[in-house]
Amino acid sequence: MYSKKVMEHFMNPRNVGAIENPDGVGEVGNPVCGDIMKIYIRVEDNRITDAKFMTFGCGAAIASSSMATELIKGKTLEEAWDVTNTAVAEALEGLPPVKIHCSLLAEEGIHMAINDYRQKKGLEPWVEKKGTHHTHEEGKEAGDS
Amino acid sequence: MTGQRFVYMDHAATTQPHPDVIAAMLPYLRDHYGNPSSIYGIARDAREAVEVARQKTAATLGAGPEEIYFTAGGTESDNWAIKGTAFAQRKKGNHIITSAIEHHAVLHTCGWLEKQGFTVTYLPVDGTGLVNPSDVERAITEKTILITIMHANNEIGTIEPIAEIGKIAQEHSVTFHTDAVQVVGAIPVNVKELGVDLLSLSAHKFYGPKGAGALYIRGGRRPDSLLHGGGQERKKRAGTENVAGIVGLGKAIELAGTDIPGRTAVIRAYRDQLTAWILAEIPHTRLNGHAVQRLPGNINISFAFIEGESMLLLLDSFGIAASTGSACTSGSLEPSHVLMAIGLPHEIAHGSLRLTLGEENTPEDIAHVQSVLPGVVSRLREMSPLYQKMKEQRVS
Ligand SMILES: Cc1ncc(COP(=O)(O)O)c(C=O)c1O
Ligand code: FES
Repeated sequence: MYSKKVMEHFMNPRNVGAIENPDGVGEVGNPVCGDIMKIYIRVEDNRITDAKFMTFGCGAAIASSSMATELIKGKTLEEAWDVTNTAVAEALEGLPPVKIHCSLLAEEGIHMAINDYRQKKGLEPWVEKKGTHHTHEEGKEAGDS
Repeated sequence: MTGQRFVYMDHAATTQPHPDVIAAMLPYLRDHYGNPSSIYGIARDAREAVEVARQKTAATLGAGPEEIYFTAGGTESDNWAIKGTAFAQRKKGNHIITSAIEHHAVLHTCGWLEKQGFTVTYLPVDGTGLVNPSDVERAITEKTILITIMHANNEIGTIEPIAEIGKIAQEHSVTFHTDAVQVVGAIPVNVKELGVDLLSLSAHKFYGPKGAGALYIRGGRRPDSLLHGGGQERKKRAGTENVAGIVGLGKAIELAGTDIPGRTAVIRAYRDQLTAWILAEIPHTRLNGHAVQRLPGNINISFAFIEGESMLLLLDSFGIAASTGSACTSGSLEPSHVLMAIGLPHEIAHGSLRLTLGEENTPEDIAHVQSVLPGVVSRLREMSPLYQKMKEQRVS
């Protein structure tokens, strides 16, 4: 059910772990299925120089965390803010419809980490653009057995 | 992953058809393809084979052959038993009693009947998954027309006190159905001793083919038909018989009913050994379900701080096929209703792993799971924010 890319990131996740004394942390919970993702960032000169994650969740959530941290490393905060869940899902060569919300968790985690950094610096947090991302579409229910 | 050991531990989902079952079926796909309703030779052969399978099924259940009706599996049998009884007895009442941990083939059928004006009581279970028979008795009203309680649960393996409930149903003259899909071949099933009026079974759970099942209907009980059409199955279940499937079911149930204590002793021993080992070797684990009243092959353990689907994916990469009650695999993104009903917190249900053992499992399979599982669990825990939090709290 998962693409090769998802499986590759799931089996060999990049950037697992915590950053000591991070410049920003975002911890988000998934209201849909109850999973948790934590994103850590190191920021120098407005640029993300390191990113790590810890995730309690499914294969798609772990692969999304891995991909999302890869995508934001080296980016300015503005650029990283614009990394959407769709971008994460596309970089993973697609996610099953019921798993789109797992990539959303990554987007929200990044936003929260960036705003955590901004608030620590005494800056205004950026506001979420509403309605730009997809939540999960209704997937078909698998049979139990 | 070629050349790697493959360990199948998902026998509650389905089983590999037994070679004797396949051998018994093949002639009915190839040579005796006649329609059992026709009168020439190859049709008579098919007719006869269906009746032999009926006798074998009846013998295994302690029933009469005239009480066995072949269906397309457990789901159809459950639907027929429940809808058929509800509509046949709707002049008498509109109340149905079931449990919170039934298979969706029962729960969604009851849910649909609620939309048709029936009322349904969903009895709770205790922390081990047991239905309390006195709860059943208390729930009965003058309007009660059906009690449907599963014989054993497919997720946690808890075996329900069906004979006790059967007595209560008889005392109150309420029709009693049990979904015995997980039970055939695992423990002896005798419809008279259980006191059931209707019993569902499905061949693919006991080394038979998929899409073949049966409904036992006690003589004198007359649920309405689910499928209308031709006069097959004594005019109760229309549709040209799935002859090869029925033959396969017959062979499979014959094998499944033979020496149950002997055949399950080994499986039970592996189950107990592996369960004890996991609980002792891997911290923050708990067994879900009943310690004793449990299907011989069922292990259901929750691993705190991690999620089941990611566990399954890693296990699969090591050649192990298993199952979970995690919300992330359910499609509906709700955790298993069974694990919720036994009172597990959401995040503990999330980390549940079901290993269901079967006849072809070997000591090497057990050893393979033992060599792989601790690494899988710690790998996921190392990336879990919940595990991290727990460790921090310990230190402080
Ligand atoms: C308890 C129970 N009831 C019903 C079913 C449905 O049976 P089938 O897959 O044959 O339709 C299953 C298995 O999927 C089951 O475990
Ligand atoms: S994290 Fe639960 S479905 Fe992906």
